[in-house]
Amino acid sequence: MSTKSKSIEKKTDFNQDERLKKVSKLRLLLNRPELGALGGAILVFIFFGIVAGDTGMFSAYGVLNFLDVSANLGIIAIAAAMLMIGGEFDLSIGSMIGFAGICIAIPAIYWGWPLWMSIIFAFSMAVLVGYFNGILVVRTGLPSFIVTLAMLFILRGATLAITRLITGRTQVPGLRVLIEDDPLAWIFATDTFKWFFSWLGSMNLIALRTDGTPLATGIPPSVIWFIALAIISTWILMKTRYGNWIFASGGDKIGANNVGVPVGRVKISLFIGTAVAATIFATIQVLDAGSADTMRGTLKELEAIAAAVVGGCLLTGGYGSAIGAAFGALIFGTVSMGIFYTDVDTDWFKVFLGAMMLIAVIFNNYIRRKVTESK
Amino acid sequence: MSDYLVQFNNISKFFGKVIALKDVTMKLKKGEIMCLLGDNGAGKSTLIKTLAGVHKPDEGEIIVEGKKTIFDSPKDALDMGIATVYQDLALVSLMSVTRNFFMGREPMKGFPLFKVFDIEKANQIAAERMGQIGIDVRDPSQAVGTMSGGERQCLAISRAIYFGAKVLILDEPTSALGVHQASVVLKYIVKAASQGLAVILITHNVHHAYPVGNSFTVLNRGKSLGTYEKKDISREKLLSMMAGGEELNKLEVELQEMNRSSS
Repeated sequence: MSTKSKSIEKKTDFNQDERLKKVSKLRLLLNRPELGALGGAILVFIFFGIVAGDTGMFSAYGVLNFLDVSANLGIIAIAAAMLMIGGEFDLSIGSMIGFAGICIAIPAIYWGWPLWMSIIFAFSMAVLVGYFNGILVVRTGLPSFIVTLAMLFILRGATLAITRLITGRTQVPGLRVLIEDDPLAWIFATDTFKWFFSWLGSMNLIALRTDGTPLATGIPPSVIWFIALAIISTWILMKTRYGNWIFASGGDKIGANNVGVPVGRVKISLFIGTAVAATIFATIQVLDAGSADTMRGTLKELEAIAAAVVGGCLLTGGYGSAIGAAFGALIFGTVSMGIFYTDVDTDWFKVFLGAMMLIAVIFNNYIRRKVTESK
Repeated sequence: MSDYLVQFNNISKFFGKVIALKDVTMKLKKGEIMCLLGDNGAGKSTLIKTLAGVHKPDEGEIIVEGKKTIFDSPKDALDMGIATVYQDLALVSLMSVTRNFFMGREPMKGFPLFKVFDIEKANQIAAERMGQIGIDVRDPSQAVGTMSGGERQCLAISRAIYFGAKVLILDEPTSALGVHQASVVLKYIVKAASQGLAVILITHNVHHAYPVGNSFTVLNRGKSLGTYEKKDISREKLLSMMAGGEELNKLEVELQEMNRSSS
């Protein structure tokens, strides 16, 4: 212990190392995983700025529209990215969205529960599903790809079967009337900064409806959730001990275990994270639409993983960023909405999505080699 | 008696019918480097894992600083100050030097319930520690993947020492390294011992072991062939005691005969 205190006394200022200064800001930026997604997002905005600059895509209403789509995807993409950094996949995110929606709608409509209780119930189920996924992967050592693929089918099937059993159909409408005065639902269903948009409207800065209220009424709840999750997740990854454990668990789980990182617990908590994010997604959408659909969220898990990959996550784990996944979601959301404002047929969106992901993977692979190559 | 920092007395380990280790005894004082030599399959790995708390010995006793102890897990051994650096080093190449150095034991700052990873302090300590062993990490946030094999080995050793190791068990620290890199690592091991650590250096390379070791234990087929002080044994004798030594002598003789008959 004496050596430890001695070394702290003998504080040398390593920030003064003259050779450190040669590493330019640009070089440091190049080493960040989210660089590709940031660049991609800028390119996408430049592209639509030129092609669709005068079409209303960048009006307040248009911006909120593509931000809403990006934000919804972003909520699950960020959680998927955290899990991927931790070295695992979750293919059951999309099915969890459908399942969570039903967990809210059936108790609220058919069993007469208050809405807030149904929402809490849905989140409890999410924690259970995430825990189950996690414990299965950690205990069996099977690839999470397989375990969660099984869960993809199980959850979707159960959602469909249970809903038809109880309601006789595959959709559960009628939730809208329950939102008002609910002590919890507003967190997932309220537009914010309404006063600002009213003010913009009164100043004639944004488009108005015929009754004089602004077309864009406020920031949708998805955007607030998205921004909050992006900030919190980035903070966790960069600034907390748990964040370091996520990188370590994904980078080398045996090594991490040997130095005392509770790899199993970290992974289980990340699986709970993706299931909870799917439930946030589901709650926002169910309350917005006023109904739950058993097929909601289909294929969303793949979009989330694609956004995470575009955002710089490696498929092998241990590398990536939450903010990158947020940019990835922004790219997909912007293009999927922006394409309506151009002359391009919307069928081409999936082609773009695939191509974007392919480019991202090639780019990421190159970066990884760059980062790990020996001197 | 309590001269010794750590004693492993008559350690035996059986796997079913297989006798992996039989009556292996090793004693280390502070500042001593003991080299554990043996060919592949001699039982080195089993012995390391027994010392590190991965396996429990079936016979024998472990005495640390005069107290008899039983390790139930690697963590127990670590808590007693016995740290093992395995060949895989437990380093994540995509993570930064600092994040690797403090992996699992991150320094924290801030208020209770709202503590954060003190990355500035961690960077400073990591750079300082690496600087002390002559490795100039210009930027402690660079990925470990950019470091050479010798530097990684030194990082892993340095980390074990920083976190309070008294006995350092090194598993083949030089086996994957070139001549220069190996000498850097060996120099660091000597320096660590001179600061009062006891080091068990496991290797099958006598040429790496002989210059740095104070004593040598040769393991062959799960049994110790004895422990020798450096003054009592020559490099050649050590080499021939390892199973490979005799075989190499035989091979040399055979080759000479082949040469003679062909010429």
